[in-house]
Amino acid sequence: MLRLKSSLWGLALVLFLLFPVIVSNPAYRDIAVITLIFTGCATSWNMFSGYSGYVALGSAAFYGTGAYTMALVANHLHMTGGAAMFWLVPLGGLVAMLVAIPVGAIALRVRRHTFVVITIAIFFVFQLTAINLSFTGGTGGISLPYIPWLASYYDVPFYYVALAILIFAVILSALVRRSRFGLQLLAIRDDEDRALGLGVKVFQVKLTGFAMSAFAIGMGGALFAMYQGQIYPQFVYDPIFDITIALMAFFGGFGTLLGPILGGLILESTQQYFTVTFSGGSLGSLYLIIFGALFLLVILFAPKGIVIYVRDWWTRRAVKAELATAGATPVESGH
Amino acid sequence: MATLLSAQGVSRAFGGVQALNGCSLNVEKGSITGLIGPNGSGKTTLFNVITGYVKPDAGKVTFDGRDITNARPDKVFAFGIGRTFQLTRIFARMSVVENMLVATQHDEGSLRGLTRSKSSKADLDAAMEWLGFVGLARLASTEAGMLSYGQRKLLELAYVLVANPDVILLDEPAGGVNLTLINEIGEKIRTLNKDGKTFLIVEHNMEFVMRLCDTVTVMHQGCDLVSGAPADVRSNPLVLDAYLGGGDDEDEDEDSQADNG
Repeated sequence: MLRLKSSLWGLALVLFLLFPVIVSNPAYRDIAVITLIFTGCATSWNMFSGYSGYVALGSAAFYGTGAYTMALVANHLHMTGGAAMFWLVPLGGLVAMLVAIPVGAIALRVRRHTFVVITIAIFFVFQLTAINLSFTGGTGGISLPYIPWLASYYDVPFYYVALAILIFAVILSALVRRSRFGLQLLAIRDDEDRALGLGVKVFQVKLTGFAMSAFAIGMGGALFAMYQGQIYPQFVYDPIFDITIALMAFFGGFGTLLGPILGGLILESTQQYFTVTFSGGSLGSLYLIIFGALFLLVILFAPKGIVIYVRDWWTRRAVKAELATAGATPVESGH
Repeated sequence: MATLLSAQGVSRAFGGVQALNGCSLNVEKGSITGLIGPNGSGKTTLFNVITGYVKPDAGKVTFDGRDITNARPDKVFAFGIGRTFQLTRIFARMSVVENMLVATQHDEGSLRGLTRSKSSKADLDAAMEWLGFVGLARLASTEAGMLSYGQRKLLELAYVLVANPDVILLDEPAGGVNLTLINEIGEKIRTLNKDGKTFLIVEHNMEFVMRLCDTVTVMHQGCDLVSGAPADVRSNPLVLDAYLGGGDDEDEDEDSQADNG
């Protein structure tokens, strides 16, 4: 089982690495870059929100902060457009993480719905600030140094950096899940007060997780800014970003390692593909309705996401098989 | 015997309700102390004050000579005071053994926890040993939410024990479980007590309390009314009055207050 699992992960990795070699259509490559950036952000978001149960809907604040870090620093240093700008991607993540510490220190004092509302409110503070300050360029945004790469090649470096961010987020999530720290996050999700009474320093743990998850999201934002070459406050501090990454995680399987990857790849790529293919055609924006309906179906019939749905089905089958061989067991199903 | 845990003159009000009103309690080292009283007399609130979930308006809590008033629950636990809850609280979506591992905390920062695997060999051995003690070792990899109510009670006892606390506060360990399991839990407590663990037990099952405890403190309307050996307490007229209704009745449900904490 473990062997099968690791070979599947390995196979997926090889396919991801080969994608730009196989696919040369710039339109598809463009979809792939955006999809990978969002999937990486969703995975990182899930590492905190999915494990701890604290659904943060203000992570665009860190995405935007990463994007502005990239834009402002690149311009300030008078960088010429090119590969050297990729060094600013981790810097964007770092700044986003530093910003996340005070944000988390405020928002993590409250729980559940209040936490969600506070994170949304803090996000809007960031958006309004970016719109109103002069050094952020206001609503006009900021242009980044022009990158003089050929169109046939342009997407490739971005693709691999986006893939690196996704791999980073996946490995970090996996390590956290195996660590004592991850166990503490899960305990907080199930019963925070009980965890506190068993010696878990809940506030410290939550804040660390929150700041860590902002790192890859900030890197995603920085890469996005570099990729687009021009950023606007309403598109990097974008409320839709928060909804999108949360939906990806929920769609695929909230709190699972594979869930946000699956959700991100399916949702973002199909949406981008439909947008490119059908917009303006006879189908018009009908695809959006079909897309929404598909989403509703999954939420209705597999509300915990695809991964958990399949896993539960698998467990039920295994338990049934065990019952058939061992006779009755005293284990009752609690829920 | 020396006093291990003591509360002196603890008061706490929730809105207009005076849940605790100058309550005092002493738990001797190595004893099994019972804490009884009618519903709403403040037993669970006193537990919450001792374990740091509720801050007292007045009064002092000391443990092993150290003032622990207002200490946070994680600190209180680190000092060596473990507790269970009246409404059993386990981590339902984690496996039974993972539940145990949460409690094997070390006093360290969260960054240290990042680099540490969730189970060292020693922690895992301790977890399995205590699961064996309560008879749940077989279910170690089961999701805790699948356990029956009685099994959850045992798990909660086990994961408090795994951290090796000096004193264990049990909030209604016999509530809602069948007679066989009540006796079994009683036996476990007695065994642990022989090994030197101190217990403070809130319980409504009088037979259970009278048989198990060395000392019983009776609470009434937020105060400690009487303390003494079970036989003395049982025949004390004040106690009979409190239970059968001599003074004005207080029908506040202490559970709702506890959950607010």
